Amino acid sequence: MSIDKPAPAAKPVTKSPRSKHNPSSTGDTDHLQTSLLPLRVRSVNLNINSTVLLKNINIDITDHKITVLMGHNGAGKSLLIRVIHGLITPQSGTIEWNGMPVAGTATREQQSMVFQKPILLKRSVAANVDYVLALRNLTSKTRRNELLSLSGLLDKSQQAARSLSGGEQQRLAMARALATKPKVLLLDEPTASLDPNATLKIESLIRAASEQSIKIIMVTHDVAQAKRLANDVIFLSAGEIAEHSNASTFFKQPTSTAGHSYMSGYLPQTL
Amino acid sequence: MDEIVLFTEIMQEFKQSFSHAFDLLKQADPALLEIVRLSLVVSLSATFLACLIGLPLGALLATRDFPGKWLLTVITNTLMGMPPVVLGLLVYMLLSGSGPLGWMQLLYTPHAMIIVQLLLVLPIVTALTRQIIEESWNDYKEQFQSLCVPRFTAVQTLLWDTRGALLTAALAGFARAISEVGAVILVGGNINHVTRVMTTAIALETSKGELALALALGMILLAIALAVNALVYSFKGRATQ
Repeated sequence: MSIDKPAPAAKPVTKSPRSKHNPSSTGDTDHLQTSLLPLRVRSVNLNINSTVLLKNINIDITDHKITVLMGHNGAGKSLLIRVIHGLITPQSGTIEWNGMPVAGTATREQQSMVFQKPILLKRSVAANVDYVLALRNLTSKTRRNELLSLSGLLDKSQQAARSLSGGEQQRLAMARALATKPKVLLLDEPTASLDPNATLKIESLIRAASEQSIKIIMVTHDVAQAKRLANDVIFLSAGEIAEHSNASTFFKQPTSTAGHSYMSGYLPQTL
Repeated sequence: MDEIVLFTEIMQEFKQSFSHAFDLLKQADPALLEIVRLSLVVSLSATFLACLIGLPLGALLATRDFPGKWLLTVITNTLMGMPPVVLGLLVYMLLSGSGPLGWMQLLYTPHAMIIVQLLLVLPIVTALTRQIIEESWNDYKEQFQSLCVPRFTAVQTLLWDTRGALLTAALAGFARAISEVGAVILVGGNINHVTRVMTTAIALETSKGELALALALGMILLAIALAVNALVYSFKGRATQ
């Protein structure tokens, strides 16, 4: 695993030639199709009404393992994962996946995101998966059943999606996210408000995805969960990256004051 | 004493009118059925056309940002309260012989009634659709963006997923159309066997003192409203899952 320290304040990354041209016209098309990494975030700033929400964010991720974003409420974790996914455009800075700008559909189509509150369509469990498969021209009953089987929902395939329990809904959201065969899976607190049993099932889906070389970037408040899953931790404090370390290093000896306070259970003084 | 006699007479008249009205219904009076049929054709056509235009228009208003969106939304909402007689007058002026659309010779035809009801119902369907879709769009937006759902597919999905609530919007439109009298009497003229619908017939028969037919039509109007509501409600139950 390779984890780069947050880059010093920022000169914008020079776009690679790939980002300016049709990928198919470049010599490394295969490479582009097999990986979205590395992720390079440079000098990202996000303000809303003069409130600084993200400040000088610099991230380099090169491996396919599980990256966890941690921090207090309001630290900017959910915003950052949306910026990385291209759902929110920052005022300044660049985000590139394998040299391609995040804003492009080609980049986002290779990513999937699971939100804290699963947004399920008002139709059956199977139809929810079919919808996404159809979007990517991957319609296949076998593939759908594989995904439902993986998420333990095959026996509920004809049930109304919104009648599932919270944990089942989140598993369906995971199955739907995996249906697009993503290179990167972004998870925004996928187990928030779930009981331990449901959490365990979601975590096994996350591990299964990671074992298939899908890059996982996940937001969580749950330190125990982060310890179970993370290979590296990005710790955010007041919209800034306080620390980006190996998980073992972070949990043993956080180097930032904010990370140390969080792991020690101190309440933030700004509250 | 006189008041008691008067009250008794009125009640007697009511009783006779109701009895006569039930007889008309039982006999399936052809004149009555003709009026009912035309009412349904005009109002269902107007509602259908209003849904055809209003559902996608409301969805676009809800999901797209463009200059003047705010103004268009306010205008649509305002038109929901458009007095039918005023609208009827405007359409009359458009369709009359000296009006810009006079050459179409639509005045005093069921087509003119459909047009005026369409214009009455369209703002209702559009404004309610915009409101319904906007609420869902706020929930679905990020998920759709994340999945790179094309805009047209997103609108289709939103319309399908909110179909239960949209039925209520269509129902509100139909209720407005079927119960409207001022506009259709202006552009339709309430011509017997041509443009006479339930509401205009009720107004006419009441003015003539023929309460039985008016009551029979009123009962049918209520029965239609009840049937449509029951149908929509039962469908809505299934559609909201």
